[in-house]
Amino acid sequence: MGLDRRKFLKIVGLSTLFGLGGKAAIDMFAPGELEASVETIPLTAGKRWAMVIDVHKIDETIIKKCVEACHREHNVPDLESKKEEIKWIWKEDYEHSFPGRHHEYVGEDVEHGSFLLLCNHCSNPPCCRVCPTKATWQREDGIVMMDQHRCIGCRFCMAACPFGARSFNWGDPRRVLEDKDLKELNPDYPTNRDYPTRSKGVVEKCTFCAERLAKGQLPACVEAANTVKKDALVFGDLDEPDSNVRAVLRNHYTIRRKPELGTNPNVFYIV
Amino acid sequence: MLEMALKGRQGYWGLLIFLLAIMGVGFVSYLYQFSEGLRITGMSRDVSWGFYIGQLTYFVGVAAGGVMVVLPCYLHDYKAFARITILGEFLAVASVVMCGLFVIVDLGNLPRMLNIMIYPNPTSILFWDMIVLNVYMLLNIIIGWNVLSAERKGVHYQKWVKVLIYISIPWAFSIHTVTAFLYAGIPGRHYWLTAIMAARFLSSAFASGPALLILLCLIVRKVSNFDPGKEQIRTLGGIVAYAFILNMFFLLLELFTAFYSQIPGHMHSFEYLFSGLEGHGSVLAPWMWASIGFAVVALVLLIVPATRRREDILAVGCAAVIASTWIDKGFGLVIGGFIPNPFGRVFEYWPTTPEVLISAGVWATGFFILTVLYKIVISVKEEVGA
Amino acid sequence: MYDGGKIITGLIIGIGLFLFPFYYNAGKAAKAPDPELTAKAKEAKECVMEKAYMTANHFSLLDEWRHTVVRDADRYYTAKNGKVYYKSLQVTCLDCHSNKSKFCDKCHDYVDVDPYCWDCHIEPEEKK
Repeated sequence: MGLDRRKFLKIVGLSTLFGLGGKAAIDMFAPGELEASVETIPLTAGKRWAMVIDVHKIDETIIKKCVEACHREHNVPDLESKKEEIKWIWKEDYEHSFPGRHHEYVGEDVEHGSFLLLCNHCSNPPCCRVCPTKATWQREDGIVMMDQHRCIGCRFCMAACPFGARSFNWGDPRRVLEDKDLKELNPDYPTNRDYPTRSKGVVEKCTFCAERLAKGQLPACVEAANTVKKDALVFGDLDEPDSNVRAVLRNHYTIRRKPELGTNPNVFYIV
Repeated sequence: MLEMALKGRQGYWGLLIFLLAIMGVGFVSYLYQFSEGLRITGMSRDVSWGFYIGQLTYFVGVAAGGVMVVLPCYLHDYKAFARITILGEFLAVASVVMCGLFVIVDLGNLPRMLNIMIYPNPTSILFWDMIVLNVYMLLNIIIGWNVLSAERKGVHYQKWVKVLIYISIPWAFSIHTVTAFLYAGIPGRHYWLTAIMAARFLSSAFASGPALLILLCLIVRKVSNFDPGKEQIRTLGGIVAYAFILNMFFLLLELFTAFYSQIPGHMHSFEYLFSGLEGHGSVLAPWMWASIGFAVVALVLLIVPATRRREDILAVGCAAVIASTWIDKGFGLVIGGFIPNPFGRVFEYWPTTPEVLISAGVWATGFFILTVLYKIVISVKEEVGA
Repeated sequence: MYDGGKIITGLIIGIGLFLFPFYYNAGKAAKAPDPELTAKAKEAKECVMEKAYMTANHFSLLDEWRHTVVRDADRYYTAKNGKVYYKSLQVTCLDCHSNKSKFCDKCHDYVDVDPYCWDCHIEPEEKK
């Protein structure tokens, strides 16, 4: 007997209340069943993960929540520097999210609307094509993954990404712990002691929360957004005709960033 | 033959010690970068390659340019160049060493460098660039060394060397083509995404490489009893002239496509480089205009036969070619590709002092190797000539 | 042999310098390390593999884990006794071995290795 998804989530949720890790809890409640059960959880078995962001539903609060949830989950510090900035998901205005689409008579709400940008997990990712060590590559479920153990820091992927989704560790991120100003800015860094930080000299970016998907959890930003407004961010499998994302895409007009480049982004925007 | 590098006059040792001192400064600066990370450079999230990769690109060109003495000599049987092919080959060796070092100092995680070979990715142009550059260096070391030893012994070099020479000629074209492909196949960087990139690279390489070679020949003649030859320098001058005209022609082609089509992405980088964008001035604009200025001077001095054939004026023309292509390729090309960034914003780049010191250390290493190799060549030539 | 005296003197000085670390440290051998187990680790009695294997080869296991987790998304490990473990240095290993300074560091310091795991993976907060 494997755990079904509902039971799994219940255990994980319950155990969090008691301050237990999800894994420890599973061992306690249903020892030995974990491996078999994970496969039955839909979230861990996608073919082409995608995200749909409903621009009408997101606002400053939601955006802030998403960014914070992601950056806290993954120990992304605020380095207070445009030059060395590290970001996995961030706010951007219309004109700069979709350069070239802008015109001077565009409506107020779009013009001043805020967009949420992140790695597009392209189906035809140029970053993976150029990586000399396969430190970034595309998983079978479509996620463009980073192997921080292997990255040599050549930054070819940053040149190749047309979406500015990649950040480089120009210095050691852990200097946050020593530097007075940075410590003030990030008082509780590292914010997630169950997730690593990075070392200097490697590239990092959004991974669609691969580590959460493996446990049957939604990406941190999606979860955060949905606590405020349902379906502001929708995450699911494009390969599945009946999936939530497919339904949303059927019913709304959506755009993607720079589709003309042929990278085939998997993040869609309802505008 | 190596022992010939150990006997030299005061000037030779003085130069080596001077270069060693700069190498030392560069090395110490690199240790600083190694411990602090690349944050001590001017590079940023937006301009993620800078001076180092620009210099890599420029010196791949110089290395490839060496073929401009080898090709006429072996494919067109232009005998006069046989006297100086070795200078072109050893210039290529020193240049490729610099290229390798510029890649090394640019890496964020040097201890993992061998991952390129442990986990190779054949779709990565960087992987192929590493292969063609290393093979090109080996080819030039083997060919140069064997031909020079044969010359010293007064015999003809062996047959297999000739095979390597024939391989090395297309190989020179390949190194700069592959280096151009680093840039020319990237979607979304309009300044780089141009089919003419490899051709432009080769034309500037065949101008700047031989131009540097001419200056080196003039220096060699001055400091030693070996004269690379009047005819040789004159022919090289013609090659520089043709290649540089072609280089500027290609630039005009780029400008036409960008500004006649009026497609913003194609115009933006040029606009940034030469005047600034979005109300931003450009720290690079004075340099880019200087590059154009040097180019005009070079074109005039090189096209007019009367000036090109006077060695002192030819030297000035060659210096202008080097300055022009160095700014354009070693600086503007890489930075221009990153500005504006993928969001259409301008975030500028300027190298920092440690970054320049590290680069100076790399140049010094290259010129140290060049000095030693040329010293051996000169000693052999003097010995044979005497 | 020309300059025999000089060569032999040079050789003696050279060999002397080469051997210097040996007689400098002679008789000062550091005590073999004795890594401590936490109460939790003691109670568990067994690790994901036998103790002997873990002592000698834990780094191979960790290397395999990091590779399979990150690259193959294979995040669970079944031990010989059928017990399933979440493959994570930071979350699973250090959960039991929460005394890094008295467990990991003891041997690492003794054999003078400096694994770069800790550049990214967060060390447990230890009570002093």
